[in-house]
Amino acid sequence: MARTVIPFGPQHPVLPEPIHLSLVLEDEKVVEALPTLGYVHRGLEMLAVKRDYNQMIQIVERVCGICSMIHSLCYCQGIEEMMGLEAPRRARMLRVVWSELHRLHSHLLWLGLFADSFGFESLFMQLWKIRERVMDLNEATTGNRVIVSVNVVGGVRADLDEGQVRWIKDTLVEVEASIRSLQSTIMNDSTVCKRTKGIGVLTKQAAHDLGAAGPMLRGSGIAQDMRQLKYAGFDELAFEPVVETAGDCWARSAVRFREALQSIDLVRQALDKLEPGDLAVKAKGRPEGEVITRVEQPRGECLYYLKGNGSLFLERVRIRTPTFANIPPLAAILPGLDFADVPVVVLSIDPCISCTER
Amino acid sequence: MSIEALPVAPADLLAAATRLKNDGYRFVTMTSVELDQTNMEILYHFDKSLALKNLRVPVEKGGELPSISGVVFAAFLVENEIRDQYAVRFEGLVLDYQGKLYAETAQTAASSPFCRYHVKAEPDPGPGSAPGGQPGSLEGK
Repeated sequence: MARTVIPFGPQHPVLPEPIHLSLVLEDEKVVEALPTLGYVHRGLEMLAVKRDYNQMIQIVERVCGICSMIHSLCYCQGIEEMMGLEAPRRARMLRVVWSELHRLHSHLLWLGLFADSFGFESLFMQLWKIRERVMDLNEATTGNRVIVSVNVVGGVRADLDEGQVRWIKDTLVEVEASIRSLQSTIMNDSTVCKRTKGIGVLTKQAAHDLGAAGPMLRGSGIAQDMRQLKYAGFDELAFEPVVETAGDCWARSAVRFREALQSIDLVRQALDKLEPGDLAVKAKGRPEGEVITRVEQPRGECLYYLKGNGSLFLERVRIRTPTFANIPPLAAILPGLDFADVPVVVLSIDPCISCTER
Repeated sequence: MSIEALPVAPADLLAAATRLKNDGYRFVTMTSVELDQTNMEILYHFDKSLALKNLRVPVEKGGELPSISGVVFAAFLVENEIRDQYAVRFEGLVLDYQGKLYAETAQTAASSPFCRYHVKAEPDPGPGSAPGGQPGSLEGK
């Protein structure tokens, strides 16, 4: 049978971010998928030699617009470890609040895009409408919707007063109710199930062997989440990873849906544990040595390797983002699929090309 | 302060990666670190139950290491990235972009503007050439 090579991307209606897949088809079946990157590669890691370690916070926040806060959290934790600093307890709890608000709006964004990928536009609009409430929380508490820029080396630069805490809690009651009202649609609707169940299956063994991360890993039955490392304020919060076992697009969607609700719970827990205190400790000295620090982004495990030499400038900043880790599993699960399922499966890894092209 | 990393000679790298895989470790990523004008090291990061195991492998800039992508397929992407950005070649790479992982490199023979080093693309050797192609020339910015 003759083979046809179909280009998927770098611009595609379901994925307005530039990744290109060369799909080799036999009839309507994918037999091979080859990814191509680099359309918007920014070389942000290399900026470390041109920006001092404080300026790098603004750089790493721009690795990804959707989870900017978690990038700077990971980076600041690494610098703090090198400099022997410990952020005050209030700062660590506030870091949890904003990082979980980021996860919440990221998952709502993705759930909407995912619904759109198989033509469920009303669900897409409902989810994005809910997401706007979370973006309002970000804007009102930090001054920005997306790049919230709250982390500094040693703590945070923004605080919440009692009125804001009460308002966040009240808003989250309504957000949770809105999300729960869509639960049966997202989990059980026949349109959703037909396009997602049994499609793009990544087995537990394959997820492990292919280095999958985040919901891609947990949707295949592996209970691993970097929040188990108890960074920031997670050491004081009740947390268990959300796990599904089917390994298909539905399972990955279910993990993110349940994690959205879990993030609301974590924000509440963190707000309940807020006590008066300092927002940051003063950073003295210069970063020296090397550290590895990891956090859980909405798309999965993020790793920063930092190396300092005692000067203002770091020698090396290495960023391993979760989408980069999930491209090999994606390339492995596409062969054998119908061509029509490719957009849904690509979306199911929640690809962030901004992160990948750091 | 240094990270805990097991020094591994290039000749022992495949055996070390195979051992970690057989012990249930999951591949996380690799990190290239420049040491001086001519030397660098590659750190290999593996995870098991949230604990990282790191391997530290020395290599010269523009040098060659055995690819571990035959042992852990997931390594192919980062090995190609390191080839693009640091001109380190990986022998036996299962999916070899021949220094052209990044589209910009492939189309303009210049890598991203903030790469400290970039590899000048060699002329296409044509069909039937050996996988991996010829090493590019290393040029400092």
